[in-house]
Amino acid sequence: MFTGFFYKLKENRVPVSLREYLTLLEAVEKGLAGYSVEDFYYLARASLVKDERNLDKFDRVFSEHFKGVIDLADGMDEVPETDIPEEWLHKLAEKFLSEEEKAEIEALGGWEKLMETLKQRLEEQKGRHQGGNKWIGTAGTSPFGAYGYNPEGVRIGQDKSRHRRAVKVWDKREFKNLDDSVEIGTRNIKVALRRLRKWARTGAADELDLPGTITSTARQGWLDVQMRPERHNSVKVLMLFDIGGSMDDHIKVCEELFSAIKTEFKHLEYYYFHNCPYEGLWKDNARRRSDQVSTWDVINTYGSDYKLVIVGDATMSPYEITYPGGAVEHWNEEAGAVWMQRLLDHFDHAAWINPQAENWWPYHQSIQIMHQLMAGRMFPLTLDGLDRMTGELNR
Amino acid sequence: MKFQGTENYVATDDLMVAVNAAITLQRPLLVKGEPGTGKTVLAEEIAKSLGKKLITWSIKSTTRAQQGLYEYDAVSRLRDSQLGDARVHNIANYIVKGKLWEAFEDESAPVLLIDEIDKADIEFPNDLLQELDRMEFFVYETQETIKATNRPIVIITSNNEKELPDAFLRRCFFHYIRFPDADTMNQIIEVHYPGIQKRLVAEALTLFYDMRDVSGLKKKPSTSELLDWLKLLMAEDLPPEALRAKDAKTAVPPLHGALLKNEQDVHLFERLAFMTRREGR
Repeated sequence: MFTGFFYKLKENRVPVSLREYLTLLEAVEKGLAGYSVEDFYYLARASLVKDERNLDKFDRVFSEHFKGVIDLADGMDEVPETDIPEEWLHKLAEKFLSEEEKAEIEALGGWEKLMETLKQRLEEQKGRHQGGNKWIGTAGTSPFGAYGYNPEGVRIGQDKSRHRRAVKVWDKREFKNLDDSVEIGTRNIKVALRRLRKWARTGAADELDLPGTITSTARQGWLDVQMRPERHNSVKVLMLFDIGGSMDDHIKVCEELFSAIKTEFKHLEYYYFHNCPYEGLWKDNARRRSDQVSTWDVINTYGSDYKLVIVGDATMSPYEITYPGGAVEHWNEEAGAVWMQRLLDHFDHAAWINPQAENWWPYHQSIQIMHQLMAGRMFPLTLDGLDRMTGELNR
Repeated sequence: MKFQGTENYVATDDLMVAVNAAITLQRPLLVKGEPGTGKTVLAEEIAKSLGKKLITWSIKSTTRAQQGLYEYDAVSRLRDSQLGDARVHNIANYIVKGKLWEAFEDESAPVLLIDEIDKADIEFPNDLLQELDRMEFFVYETQETIKATNRPIVIITSNNEKELPDAFLRRCFFHYIRFPDADTMNQIIEVHYPGIQKRLVAEALTLFYDMRDVSGLKKKPSTSELLDWLKLLMAEDLPPEALRAKDAKTAVPPLHGALLKNEQDVHLFERLAFMTRREGR
């Protein structure tokens, strides 16, 4: 019945299975969807999507697949959306443009002119897509995309309730920021890192071992109480943070990562470096010159059962990695690559977390080199990336 | 048997569809959402509106699936055997029923709430697959099968601390309670505190949404926190004017303790307030 829709969902990587599809059909058969498109949408969503990360994808596919049907069904009762009040556009621009960009626009012919074009463009876009009553569009074709403002979605005029009716729930794409890996916070990071946990019993025996007690009681013939130590997270982590320079852009997300990791692991050691690890690392950034620890000492202090996690954007001049003396801050006798190799030889489990977006990596030669040095174990600082990283470290 | 929301609970359309689908097809309903958006309350309200009993099984990190079915109290039996108690000969005396058993046994098809399933071990949902699917399980000690005569309505909540296994998800309906928009929020407040001064609500809501917009908050205030805060505002009998002229960025709102649950967040607000005051001078 909705087989086309089902396959389209699969194509768009919404994880749906036959079982869920049958559930939906069963529900439709029982008359749960009523006769309104909206109810069907809710029903399909509840039965096919099982993770809020996929809600946005689902909305997009639904919108695309049922577009014609809905237009027919809704007929004429929608509010025509031809006029776009001036102040919305101003508001919109204010919300999305920074000071520099505003200045740039000024240079392009001033506000009035730009507003005029923008207005025109918005109207055109709606006309082309939905017969003049929908707010969805393709961001890629708009010249305004360059100014960091997204004509997709419903933000335009969202606060005017008169228009709420005209916008279909799925076209609102409310779950947009739940998609994939956009949202990252301390709590989410902790959850992602949880997979790294390895439980082991260490410490004082202070927990009653019930199965053990029963077994030994049966064997002895008298009540023989057995105790065992509590379970602890026994994963050991050594973290190296790149600090300063280009990493300044990523301070917030790195802070979040750090605070999440700090509480999650009992055995956590961390050091700082700049751009690429060389012969010295430091613990306190204020005393980075005076209080350096030799990288050899670090390698010798922490056993190879420690998991090495390096956080850095690996964005630098390639010479900083490959040549002796390439470091920006001091003279290094041996190249960064040599030191990286020593670290990797010692620590069997290692990963590099890169706060730089993954699709930018191919454009930086230094990231490519680092990626190669890490044998592909470089992951973006997103939930998905952390997930892949924990999978790698657990192997 | 249809769930329409209750006088104490504002259910959005999509939520109603999901709940009714779960009731009709007798599948579990998995509910996720920001903390404080009424996931647990939902089960209570469904039970209330359908006039059914509510059985709550709160999950902790140490909870095992078996505990929901039954537990064999070996320690009591061991003790009784040493004391020569006659009860010891019947093993059925030492089987302690779990929440699932209780729900299956109940003729009236109660509402079973499995609260915060993500707290448990990662294998936990998998261990319950058959039990929730077929609504029956086998008791090895007494060699009997427990089967639900009337299938209970199962509501499962999750805070997203763990991924749930696919096989488990496939058997459920899913609903994500998103944060209510201002209109729905007004309705919710009306339901909880009827007659609260209109203007006070308006001011409080503006302030509340402003606060949610401040970036860098560790935990954004949510519905349940807003309701607590309003209760406090009413108890203190603050005039609406006390809230106005201070959007979130210029001052720490009165009685902020109900909204901000984290000293870093309070600190952030104080710093923002300080900065705006200094600029104003």
